[in-house]
Amino acid sequence: MNAVEVTGVSKVFRVAKGAEVVALDSVSLSVVPGEFVSLIGPSGCGKSTLLRLIADLDQPTAGEVLVFGKSARQARIDQDYGIAFQQAGLLPWRTVTGNIELPLELHGVGKAARRARAQDLLALVGLSDFADRYPDQLSGGMQQRVAIARSLAESPELLLMDEPFGALDEMTRERMQTELVRICAETGAAVVFVTHSIPEAVYLSSRVVVMSPRPGRIQEVVTVGLGSAGTRDDALREDAAFFASVKAVREALHGDAVHEKAPHSVRGVETR
Amino acid sequence: MTAAVPSLSLRAKSTNARVRPYVFGALGLVLLALVWEAYKAVGPAEGVMIGDITVLPRTSDIAMPHLWTMWERLGEPVTSAAGSPALWFAVLQAAGFTLGIAAVGWLVGVSVGMLLAIVMQRFRTAESALLPWVVLSQTVPLIAIAPLVKRWGAQIEVGAFDWEDWMSVALIASYLAFFPVSIGALRGLGSPDKAHLELMHSYAAGWWSTLLRLRLPASVPYLLPALRLAAANAVIGTVVAEVSIGLRGGVGRMMVEFASAASGDPAKPWAPIFGAVLVGLIAAGVVIVLGLFVGRYRRGEVSA
Repeated sequence: MNAVEVTGVSKVFRVAKGAEVVALDSVSLSVVPGEFVSLIGPSGCGKSTLLRLIADLDQPTAGEVLVFGKSARQARIDQDYGIAFQQAGLLPWRTVTGNIELPLELHGVGKAARRARAQDLLALVGLSDFADRYPDQLSGGMQQRVAIARSLAESPELLLMDEPFGALDEMTRERMQTELVRICAETGAAVVFVTHSIPEAVYLSSRVVVMSPRPGRIQEVVTVGLGSAGTRDDALREDAAFFASVKAVREALHGDAVHEKAPHSVRGVETR
Repeated sequence: MTAAVPSLSLRAKSTNARVRPYVFGALGLVLLALVWEAYKAVGPAEGVMIGDITVLPRTSDIAMPHLWTMWERLGEPVTSAAGSPALWFAVLQAAGFTLGIAAVGWLVGVSVGMLLAIVMQRFRTAESALLPWVVLSQTVPLIAIAPLVKRWGAQIEVGAFDWEDWMSVALIASYLAFFPVSIGALRGLGSPDKAHLELMHSYAAGWWSTLLRLRLPASVPYLLPALRLAAANAVIGTVVAEVSIGLRGGVGRMMVEFASAASGDPAKPWAPIFGAVLVGLIAAGVVIVLGLFVGRYRRGEVSA
């Protein structure tokens, strides 16, 4: 059974005065358990929308979204996924531990078990010394690590991440990527990861889904053969295979876009 | 390591900032006393008039007794009758009585205000239906509703329970107190970010859990000023309602009683006024102390 099964999904947003925006147009995608899949594409290609449909934060206009064989809604109610956004979204009045415990608390996990789980997760994201700090005492990178720990709290088989490192500086970002690869190897969860960054997508993923805008469609799926998550490290960033995959994703992103634009006008390309 | 440095300097700064309001507060009091005595010393005995209108009061001892006269008067007995208690003691007793009623009014007002806000937050139709009435309620003058409340109260009789006049006063106080709470709480309950709400949704948290774990904690920064306003309103409501309902025992009634003695004993009516000020200060102080206990819910205020 697939972790995520998206079949012929469309999403149309109604904007002011009856106008419609087609955010997704008959998109189909499967993610197998344990697989790391990135969604990449320019703004407005519907990658975040697709993630939100899987998370049941929005409902598709047409088509079907299954998560572990259940409807997205049922999967959300059963807490089959953990989620992290671009903003860490920690509750400012809760300590780091309190924030990680929030989902467990909401689902009736006992106090001792919550404390133990939070300690494990803090160790996993390397923040054991900051357990009793408040979010405003942490750096952006630390806050994001807490958010990731929180998304892992209920040991989900699926992680949904919407540009979780988008607001971080480049150095913090690379360190977080390395950590995420390690965490995924340790937890064995499948990941759907939305990003703007080609190197990030290639470094993290087994497959990169390249999307195109207006209407949002899947342009191409690039399979990245860089080995299993457990064997990936920083050396990979300078590996020839890494650059080859970056090139493949870049061509998928821009190649066809140039093709499509060319017949309309040359100026359109120039201003890009 | 690096985080310790800013937090240290922050603490040093906040000690300074914590003392400053008290210093300025004390300075303000001294200034007020100086202005009073200075005007009394140099102002014309008949007051400052523009045409027929008095814009500044007469400076006679009857209209403006010396501050030390007021102070000395507090130590003397209320009346010349034998066994009469000291004025300060009578005022303190009355202030305690008023404070008690104001506290009941505050509690009732805060509960009603919170409840209204929660209902309005939960049901949009309730908000459109209730909010105009909540605002309108505050335009009704206290003097108009006091006799009504008293009359309606008099008709309530359930078993051994009898509606008493002090309850009417507390009810009127709560009528003034609920308003800022309902408005402040409504804003506070609606203040969480979309991201936080979606997070709770992704946890399949129901409305009640979201209220308890997200909306209520997030509303604390909005609630505290509202509670402070409610405390001030409750005190004013109590004092005014004591007068209009004619309830004995509090500073409100005492002001009216002592005012009739003003010509012969000009310092006496000032005593219950000080009593009312004291009640207001205590009420505001209690809310500030309350705020200290919920400090962690106000972190957003600091970092933002």
